[in-house]
Amino acid sequence: MTTLAVFSGKGGTGKTTLVACFAHLAGRAVAVDCDVDAANLRLLLPGPDVHREPFLSGRKATIDTDSCLACGACAQACRFEAILEGDGAWLVDHLACEGCGVCSLVCPQPDTVRFHDNLAGHWMRRRSGSTLLVHAALGVAQDNSGKLVAKVRREAAAWAQSEGVELVLVDGPPGIGCPVHAAMGQLDRLLAVTEPTPSGLHDLERMLRLAQHFAVPACVAINKWDLAASVARSIEEACRAWEVPMAGRIPFDPAIPRLLAAGLLPLDFPADSSTIRAIERCWRRFCEGDSRVPSISAEDPWGTARL
Amino acid sequence: MIVSFASGKGGTGKTLLTTNLAWVMSGRRPTTYVDADVEEPNGHLFLKHDAAQVRRFAVALPELVAECTGCGACQEACAFHAILALKNRVVVFPELCHACGGCVLACPERSLAGRPHEIGAIASASQDALRLMSGRLDVGQARAAPLVEAVVDAGVRDHGMDLVIVDCPPGTSCAAMAAVRRADLTILVTEPTPFGLNDLRLAVEMCRALGRDCAAVVNRSDLGDQEVLRYLEREGVPVLGQIPFERGIAAGYARGELALERSSALRQVLDAIATRIEPAVLKGNSS
Repeated sequence: MTTLAVFSGKGGTGKTTLVACFAHLAGRAVAVDCDVDAANLRLLLPGPDVHREPFLSGRKATIDTDSCLACGACAQACRFEAILEGDGAWLVDHLACEGCGVCSLVCPQPDTVRFHDNLAGHWMRRRSGSTLLVHAALGVAQDNSGKLVAKVRREAAAWAQSEGVELVLVDGPPGIGCPVHAAMGQLDRLLAVTEPTPSGLHDLERMLRLAQHFAVPACVAINKWDLAASVARSIEEACRAWEVPMAGRIPFDPAIPRLLAAGLLPLDFPADSSTIRAIERCWRRFCEGDSRVPSISAEDPWGTARL
Repeated sequence: MIVSFASGKGGTGKTLLTTNLAWVMSGRRPTTYVDADVEEPNGHLFLKHDAAQVRRFAVALPELVAECTGCGACQEACAFHAILALKNRVVVFPELCHACGGCVLACPERSLAGRPHEIGAIASASQDALRLMSGRLDVGQARAAPLVEAVVDAGVRDHGMDLVIVDCPPGTSCAAMAAVRRADLTILVTEPTPFGLNDLRLAVEMCRALGRDCAAVVNRSDLGDQEVLRYLEREGVPVLGQIPFERGIAAGYARGELALERSSALRQVLDAIATRIEPAVLKGNSS
């Protein structure tokens, strides 16, 4: 089984649109939406969810008001400011509680702090034509997204195995923190999608540094490259210096957001569109495997006088 | 007053709006711009500033400071499986540790103590009446939320009665919440596509779960459909402005320029936001 992933560091560069196109071009694949905070891939891969399961993760504390002595020891010990003084009683703010249990360690009364499992979200299996999709919805204001990402990655691999599918396509979350780490495990290679802006270049560098940290081979695509051709060239130069191959450039097309709004993919364009040809080229190079673990020097520009 | 700019979806224009707004508002009153998107901070690329002061940021991780009897109380107390008790020592997994202090409390020998573990940096700089605070997570570190909280707190702590503008991380989980829960008003930046709508819904629900006021700005308002506006109207979320797609804005942004000189639509939206927040800032000043 081959597992390919699309990341970007910066949000909104076109990861999800590309993954949906790649899933169509691949013919048969399990796609997995790892942006569980703001899951969108299902909007481009319509079809029935054939399985839905609650995702329990962590726990939340509750204080039994009948036996509580109102001594306040728990509120003082809580590092997350999750215990608030209510009307003559102490209450747990479940949005702030991380379930660490320090409150129950310091509580002088037995069985006054109780815990219940936390429903952090749901995950689903979907059949969308020849594409299988594993996606998830993190509950509002939940804090376990890394664990849910790890869960959908495991479920996608298991489904691919049981259905005899050879390819898993990962739609990565933005950023470089915990959900990204969870999505980056056990990859064959990744495509970093960027845009020709200072933010795009800056965030691409951090994303590629992370790929280097986890020793994942990478290649790069510049989306909407013609909005600033000279910045696109600087990005290509930087990638050469970091020894990361380019998978391609995709031109800006104002029709794409309108197509997406109508629930269509760029692939639904007439076949001679330069955008489609660019996406197809990008997919060919990505799946043929032209990629390398980035080689970026350890020096971090943050340490210098300018930010 | 603290105004945060958030969005479920990334790349909707938070940094475009916040950097331009910070620049405009700093012409009227002392303003602090806080970059809380610590995984990918970008505000400093667009706001002119003098040399920055950088200080490293650390969380407290448990460390043995005296003899370990290998009793395992710390491991038992840890809800996050972040500490492993061996025969006469412990192993701590920094990426799992929430720095709650449970193991330190649980150790009967009092052999554990919190020791600083660096995960990133906070930089501050200024230009005239504009102060810039920026958090930056080290590449390879997993937990962004403590740094988000720290950079927002640092921006708020010394602000007196100034205006504080917070550029939030995308998403609706812990890192975004840490920034939004500290704000008086949250402005959600969205785009009129099904992606934008889906993620806007989550962001509105997050604000409501946290009991925070929100308003919205629709960016690239002509590249999509009307569903986002219908949703905002139905939910009673005020729309402070709409910014159509302009190649000029995109090209200026690509060059690292503030876009307000190039776009009258952007200037109008900035004025509308200023009108919405100025009375509250003034009220804050008089109280």
